[in-house]
Amino acid sequence: MKVLVPIKRVIDYNVKARVKPDNSDVDLTNVKMAMNPFCEIAVEEAIRLKEAGTANEVIAVSIGDKACQEQLRTALALGADKAIHIETDIKLESLHVAKLLAKLVEQEQPELVILGKQSIDSDNNQTGQMLAALTGRSQGTFASKVVLEGNKAQVTREVDGGLQTVSLSLPAIVTTDLRLNEPRYASLPNIMKAKRKPLDVMAADSLGVDLAPRVELLQVEEPAKREAGMIVESVEQLVTKLKTEAKVIS
Amino acid sequence: MSVLVIAEHENGQLKPETAKVVNAAVAIGGDIDVLVAGTNVADVANSAAQIAGVNNVRVADNTAFEHQLAENTAGLIVELAPSYTHILASASTTGKNTLPRVSALLDKSQISEIISVVDADTFKRPIYAGNAIATVKSNEAQKIITVRASAFDTQGEQGACNIEPLSMNISNTLSEFVGIEQTESERPELNAAPVVISGGRGMQNGENFALLNGIADKLGAAIGASRAAVDAGFVPNDMQVGQTGKIVAPDLYIAVGISGAIQHLAGMKDSKVIVAINKDPDAPIFQVADYGLVADLFEVLPELEAAL
Repeated sequence: MKVLVPIKRVIDYNVKARVKPDNSDVDLTNVKMAMNPFCEIAVEEAIRLKEAGTANEVIAVSIGDKACQEQLRTALALGADKAIHIETDIKLESLHVAKLLAKLVEQEQPELVILGKQSIDSDNNQTGQMLAALTGRSQGTFASKVVLEGNKAQVTREVDGGLQTVSLSLPAIVTTDLRLNEPRYASLPNIMKAKRKPLDVMAADSLGVDLAPRVELLQVEEPAKREAGMIVESVEQLVTKLKTEAKVIS
Repeated sequence: MSVLVIAEHENGQLKPETAKVVNAAVAIGGDIDVLVAGTNVADVANSAAQIAGVNNVRVADNTAFEHQLAENTAGLIVELAPSYTHILASASTTGKNTLPRVSALLDKSQISEIISVVDADTFKRPIYAGNAIATVKSNEAQKIITVRASAFDTQGEQGACNIEPLSMNISNTLSEFVGIEQTESERPELNAAPVVISGGRGMQNGENFALLNGIADKLGAAIGASRAAVDAGFVPNDMQVGQTGKIVAPDLYIAVGISGAIQHLAGMKDSKVIVAINKDPDAPIFQVADYGLVADLFEVLPELEAAL
């Protein structure tokens, strides 16, 4: 079975994003970048399927400028067999990304596509669902457990009130939630080996997808700051403040 | 303009998020319809008909929609879509699962988790875990939008409007429901609770979360947790408050043993009043807290319970 894992290069999750002084966007100059945390979980899940003998090929794909090859090399070091870079300098919307991925799914025919449920920069939480729609496949979003049996994937999903389990006919699309697994770190020998693994590059505009923007970014601003609070000395003072000053308890 | 709001419901009850999404729809303007898709949803439809500003409640009561599988519900919404300029759903796990599928089927870019409506085309939404707020303008003829319900007021009530049954039956052969394991709790849901008390890594283990129970009982609070506490296996993920968990904005939020990582703050910093209890005076949580108590949580939690 072939597994396709789309990954995204984003701001490192430990770095606090800063807004540019002209409010045009977030400032990413000289900011540490990394693989989106949910994508790391997707890569890990695919590699575990390969280790279990369920998958025989894991392909990582990333869409963006040249720099995202760094994250593709990381995916190869973690155990992906092959990487594909769909190159573009345009800032894409989730729908564009899903359309490009749909073209790749058509070419590669993976039985399973595993994606992160959202990226920590745009926080859209759209691409997997859109890819499922565009390829006419079923979707198992926010997965905390994936069990493959025959031509079915049983996916346990993190929903607001608890856990929902659905059974999907393969081929299918799965998006990862936090508890699906704990991603490994790449070992040094594997990082060296990854340099020799295949990484194909294709131009985004060669795939015949209209990448014209549909949503304009007008402004980016800092969120409203909370006014500095106070340190109370005791539980008694805290309760008094909550009753008489904040009036949130009676 | 005409807006379709997808009703959020569970166990035959309309969820409070729906009246908040309608509030966002009112800000957009135009006629507002609500779609209720499910089985045995007569009560849900009646409740939705009483949300002020709703013109028409359209009800697809059919076993195909019983478990709100995205494949089926998205198909239904796409059928109804031509009549509307805007389609809105709560940014709940159901809305997040379904609406992007609708968007792609309609070939439209979606706008996720809006927190305010500037005009019918322009919206504000948090990006980068809420560290920045983007103002975005959609040039799509039809806007597909998820709404962060906690950022909107609850719409008032009205005398019931028209309820229209729909006969559509959309099923699929690709996915089927297997089961649901609902979290049993006497407490209010995190998203709707007026008071939330959350524990972090400082709680040390899952058993110690019991220390929050008595306080939650007295305050009618929901109990949440930081991602660190979830990752450490203290509590299940559906208790997680943060960028990757639930976004809450209660009247009172009490953070216990939570350092205040960026991703946790993204989930609670719009709370009206924030209390932080942490023994580390340098913990970043104190920068957003209205009232901070620098103390050992194991000493002060019993004191707090007794004082309430």
